[in-house]
Amino acid sequence: MNIIVCAKQVVDVAEIKIDASTKKPILVGIPQKISDMDKNALEEAIKIKEKHGGKITVVTIGASDAKERMKELLAMGADEGVLISPPEHADYHVIAHLLAGAITKIGAYDIILCGEASIDMFSSQIGPRLAGLLNIPQITYAQTITVENNKVLSERNLGEKAVSMESSFPVLLTVTKESNTPRLPSLMAILSSSSKPIHEWPATGVTGEALVPKVKTIDIKGIPMQRKNIIYQNDLDASISKLVDELGKVGVLR
Amino acid sequence: MVLVYSDDKKLTLELLSKAHELGKELHKKVIAVSIGHEDYAKEFLEHGADIVIVVETSQHQFKAEEYTSILQTIMKDHGNELILIGSNKNGKELAGRLAAKLDAGCVMDCIKVYMANKKLTTERIVYSGNAIAVEEFSAAPQILTIPPKVYDPLPKNEQHKGEIIKKKIEPEHFASKILKTQEMKSEGINVEDAEIIVSCGRGFKKKEDIKLVSDLADILKGRTVGCSRPIAADLKWLSEDHWIGLSGHKVKPKLYIACGISGQIQHIAGMRDSGVIVAINKDPEALIFKSADYGIVGDLYEVLPKLTSAIKGKQG
Repeated sequence: MNIIVCAKQVVDVAEIKIDASTKKPILVGIPQKISDMDKNALEEAIKIKEKHGGKITVVTIGASDAKERMKELLAMGADEGVLISPPEHADYHVIAHLLAGAITKIGAYDIILCGEASIDMFSSQIGPRLAGLLNIPQITYAQTITVENNKVLSERNLGEKAVSMESSFPVLLTVTKESNTPRLPSLMAILSSSSKPIHEWPATGVTGEALVPKVKTIDIKGIPMQRKNIIYQNDLDASISKLVDELGKVGVLR
Repeated sequence: MVLVYSDDKKLTLELLSKAHELGKELHKKVIAVSIGHEDYAKEFLEHGADIVIVVETSQHQFKAEEYTSILQTIMKDHGNELILIGSNKNGKELAGRLAAKLDAGCVMDCIKVYMANKKLTTERIVYSGNAIAVEEFSAAPQILTIPPKVYDPLPKNEQHKGEIIKKKIEPEHFASKILKTQEMKSEGINVEDAEIIVSCGRGFKKKEDIKLVSDLADILKGRTVGCSRPIAADLKWLSEDHWIGLSGHKVKPKLYIACGISGQIQHIAGMRDSGVIVAINKDPEALIFKSADYGIVGDLYEVLPKLTSAIKGKQG
């Protein structure tokens, strides 16, 4: 079973602070990590490999510091890493083409796993885009994944509906945060992973032509949130009666 | 052409409102696509569509691969400059796949769409609700997805006439198949339309204690209980109908009372448009207080029964 996991290095959104004057997020100096659901995707890959054998290759498009993050994924259980240096200008169209090019270069694959979305941008379009480019079936929002001899079964959580699906190989699946709890690598695993290969490929090496983005980000602006921030503490009974008076005055209890 | 598709009829009507506006500005016709539902066609015309394409196909149930193929077929005949897709889970996986097939740009979950410097420009929430990304398209085709409740449908206009085209389309078939579809246990709760929501989070110790929240909700007009991610997704104490947040429902009630919710940005992203926000939390440093109009620092097990009876008293 050849499994490919796509992983993205992102800023740790929980660490983002907001600039008080501009209300814009401060993104410089925020720690980087592998997006949560991409780790869920790798965990699924490892579980499949444990049962059926095979090889797991992780593909990341990111700056050279992503190599450190990739080592964590190798320690978790991936066998090899492919790191593609990103072009200066990229959008989802460009990134999906780079991933498709890299996967084609890696060669034969049965399953491609992605996170349902990345925690920074939460667009959830790379998985379906990649499946579209490779012209293979896609199973998104997978909650469970079971591999049998020549097919994969999956329960998908669509909120108001639960959908069970199956597909032969090759297939691409995107996994949810609830699908599993990604393992923490043991010290032994961390030490032994240092011998696992990480291939660094330039973007030009995986797609024939230069890719031009279709969408350009022109601003990342802040979200104004003006709230009264009246906080009552200490005497609970007095607090409650003040609160109820206020709510009455602003007219939300009618 | 401005093309509109969603598997959700209500969402299609909302998208048609925006499509109509963009169509006027760009001097393009608005096409609504209905797969399998001829009965929706008239309503789509009355709410802004110039053309409704009713697709008859062997794939009755939504499936991204086949529905992508159907939309591609329609676009071959009708052009494909601008495509608006309803942003639910089906819509998003459809939009992404279609974007790949058309080599198109795609922006998901737009909360604003407008023309600026003659370019289609979008805004969407990123970084867990901490910022808005403003993006512009530099090439056609252009695909965007729009979540529910961003636009109101146009008022019904029986004078707005258009054309209904029936098409039989056999899509390309793929090796995956749907084995079973099960409606999730729904209690008929619709948090998105609620006027007042009392919401619970990780501060509750056990499932039974949620009664404290429903007791308060019951005496308030609206009677709707919401919750944060752990309660619906991890603990499953409430169905996902109640889940408010970035991946759950987006709500804008008149009054939102957050009980035992820490105020992770993902949750805030789902309720930030509420009229008045009240937070109850025992931790004075809890993030939720920063997003609240009023807060009570205290043990919710003590606060909630007292608050319920105080409001009852006030109502007489």
